[in-house]
Amino acid sequence: MALLRLPERVPGLPVLALVLLLVPLFLGNEFHLDIATQIALIAATVVGLNLLVGYGGQVSLGHAAFFGMGAYASAILTGTYGWTSMPALLCGALLVAVLAWTLGRPILRLKGHYLSMATLGMGIIIAIVINNEGWLTGGPDGLAVEPLTVLGAELSIFDHYSVLGLDVSGALLWYGLAALLLLLAVWIARNLVDSPIGRALRAVHGSEVAARVVGVDTAHYKLLIFVISAVYASVMGSFYAHYTGFITPQVASFEHSIELITMVVLGGMASTYGVILGAVLLMLLPQLLTDFQDYEMMMFGLILMLTMIFMPKGLLPTLSEALKRLRSRPATAPAGQE
Amino acid sequence: MFAEFLQYLFSGVTIGATYALVALGFTLVYNASHVINFAQGEFLMIGGMSTVSLLAMGVPLPLAIAMAVALAAVLGMALHKLAIAPARKADVITLIIITIGASIFLRGLAQIIWGKEFHTMPGFSAAESVNVLGAVMYTQSLWVLAVAGVMVLLLALFFTRTLMGKAILATSMNPGAARLMGIRTQFVLMLAFMLAAVLGAMAGIMVAPITLTAYDIGIMLGLKGFVAAAIGGMGSGVGAVVGGLLLGIAEAMTAGYISSDYKDAVAFLLILVILFFMPRGLFGARVAERV
Amino acid sequence: MNQTLQQRDEMSSEDAVQAAPLLAVRGLSKAFGGVHAVDELSFQILPGQIYAVIGPNGAGKTTLFNLITGLYQPDQGGVSLKGEAVQGLPPERLARLGMSRTFQNLQICMNMTALENVMLGRHLHLKRNFLAVLLRWPSLRASERTCRAQAEELIRFVGCGDYVNAEAAAMPYGALKRLEIARALATQPSILLLDEPAAGLNSTETAALEQLIRKVAAGGITVVLVEHDMKLVMSISDRILVLDYGRKLAEGTPREIRDNPDVIAAYLGG
Repeated sequence: MALLRLPERVPGLPVLALVLLLVPLFLGNEFHLDIATQIALIAATVVGLNLLVGYGGQVSLGHAAFFGMGAYASAILTGTYGWTSMPALLCGALLVAVLAWTLGRPILRLKGHYLSMATLGMGIIIAIVINNEGWLTGGPDGLAVEPLTVLGAELSIFDHYSVLGLDVSGALLWYGLAALLLLLAVWIARNLVDSPIGRALRAVHGSEVAARVVGVDTAHYKLLIFVISAVYASVMGSFYAHYTGFITPQVASFEHSIELITMVVLGGMASTYGVILGAVLLMLLPQLLTDFQDYEMMMFGLILMLTMIFMPKGLLPTLSEALKRLRSRPATAPAGQE
Repeated sequence: MFAEFLQYLFSGVTIGATYALVALGFTLVYNASHVINFAQGEFLMIGGMSTVSLLAMGVPLPLAIAMAVALAAVLGMALHKLAIAPARKADVITLIIITIGASIFLRGLAQIIWGKEFHTMPGFSAAESVNVLGAVMYTQSLWVLAVAGVMVLLLALFFTRTLMGKAILATSMNPGAARLMGIRTQFVLMLAFMLAAVLGAMAGIMVAPITLTAYDIGIMLGLKGFVAAAIGGMGSGVGAVVGGLLLGIAEAMTAGYISSDYKDAVAFLLILVILFFMPRGLFGARVAERV
Repeated sequence: MNQTLQQRDEMSSEDAVQAAPLLAVRGLSKAFGGVHAVDELSFQILPGQIYAVIGPNGAGKTTLFNLITGLYQPDQGGVSLKGEAVQGLPPERLARLGMSRTFQNLQICMNMTALENVMLGRHLHLKRNFLAVLLRWPSLRASERTCRAQAEELIRFVGCGDYVNAEAAAMPYGALKRLEIARALATQPSILLLDEPAAGLNSTETAALEQLIRKVAAGGITVVLVEHDMKLVMSISDRILVLDYGRKLAEGTPREIRDNPDVIAAYLGG
């Protein structure tokens, strides 16, 4: 019987790496590669958000604000002030960390619906500021962003580079960078989850009072994970800005926040690989629905509703449970007949 | 100087009355089901847009309003029956996503039917204005205030005088006990969603002649109503009305005296301040947590 | 039976002369909306004792536990642990001072495995350096390995060896009650408060629980329990506090309590 059982834990990180390596082989053109790169960057953001929402059980309806702040910090510091990419990115992340830490303390005292309202309010205010302070951000018209500079070299999707003697397009290099960032994001998130900090965090979700009586300072851990997930968003926002070369206040908007949290819930809260699946599906959906043109928005809403009604735990957890049941059926059936 | 202030106050109270109706809808649904219905704003859009269409077809205004409200009521019931009830055991956040899905669906539907452009709607009566101490008040504002006042009064009577209203209150306080007393709680919940849709649609119809209407106005109006409900302390009817009026006035004053660019930020700044310093809102109950 | 009770009586009165109290409660009061849940309550618990709190439903037993463990703020009065005033301190601070507890309504993290629940109990004793966690340094791996081994041992100690890797959500009620004790023990407490540990258990499980509590006490941990099972209480307690309407009705050895006319009146006559 034991032989029939497949390994319980699939080694996720190598599998993800393999998938990311194989993806470019199946992509027909630069347009597909572009979407894959964007998906990887957003997926990494969502992996960070999942730490807060999925594992910590703290809802955030304003996370795009942090993503947007990172994006605008990079755009403004490199464009207007001539900084190089990395210092700008770090400066943006630091700014976001300080803001998240300051706002997080009063916000995270709230629970449930009150917490969602506060994060929503915070996000929208930041989005409005970005929209209104046109002298700095370009306002609703958006802002062009300098290409990413790594170690003095520019990485542009329009150029070609020689890597180990091979001619590689900038677009492919960007995809490689985004894939690496996603792997790094997953690695750090897994390390966090499977640690004393991660257990304390999941306990906040499971039973806050239980966590407190064994000595977990729950307020501290909620704040810590709020800051970490905000920094994830900020860093990915910076890369996203450099990659797309042009950003509008849309990146920080309420709608974008909702998209991010939907990816988490759709893919499966507290499932790192599930939320990546959520990001992939939610970003592919508009591409698939473009054929329906006018019906796109309606179909999108319908699919969202139906998935959440019939799979409230999210896609990956529901699928893996179904798989488990399927797998255990032949094993338990004879026992039941006895 | 004073006339200017009065002018801002008038426009604040007018828009505040609309927020109050949306907030009441949020409160009603939240009380009955502990769901925050992010699709609430879409009922404003549906109310306004279908009235515009019906008027264009030559339906007289009172009938057009009645039909638009009835449509919203049916949609409200359908929302509960088809989307909320099947998922009632789900997480809070899953329910939030479901209502967001519903709002995107309704918005998408509206976009197909009515397109993306703004639609205008004539006022309920001729666009005359009354001069009050130097400030101008348009007749549509008076209509908004009068209708909102009547709606609030009717709602108050409904909850204090009718069996059905009391059944909703009982269900919100203790669903288990209400079920034991023979109240069909699922039916009551559906009724709450329907009433919320009616309130939203009325608000949307009244405000349409002032603000214009389009397929996507539901997002902001819905969020503002949500903020108004939270200012009043989620779940308090009086709080929703006060919260709505306060929000409307605060917005008008900001737009008038500070910057119209930041008018929309007022609602969200207000909600942060209130949640930080009065975590249960102005009228919310303070409940001791039990272990 | 009578003889063992007598021996216990003598033992505990000897202790009383020697040791300073581990936990002392003085004039503790808490009211909810005008109802006195706990009213001017005072008592002391000596190190190493098994101390039971009994009383009819609504007598204020759980409120008392919540006051002692910092989940409720007292209106009046004081609590001292090892001579230090601790009333009003939050539970996470009290855990550092060696206090741990279980709950009448299970407080298990259902989103974690049995093992992870107990490992959570080791929280205060683990390396939690942020960078070490992010990069999963070797020192952290070693500390996690030790923690895992200790947690497994504790799960076996409470008799849940079959469930080490089970998801908490998939475990039966009786096992979860024991798991909660294992988690509390993982904090290495000097005083352990058990809120109705036998509630919902059958007689075999209760007998096993009694053995477990004795083993815990034998390890030098002071045990305070709220319990309705009088057979269990009479058999394992060194001292018993009887509450009625938040006030102290009686306190003493099991024998004294059994013979106390007030207690008999409250339980039988009331």
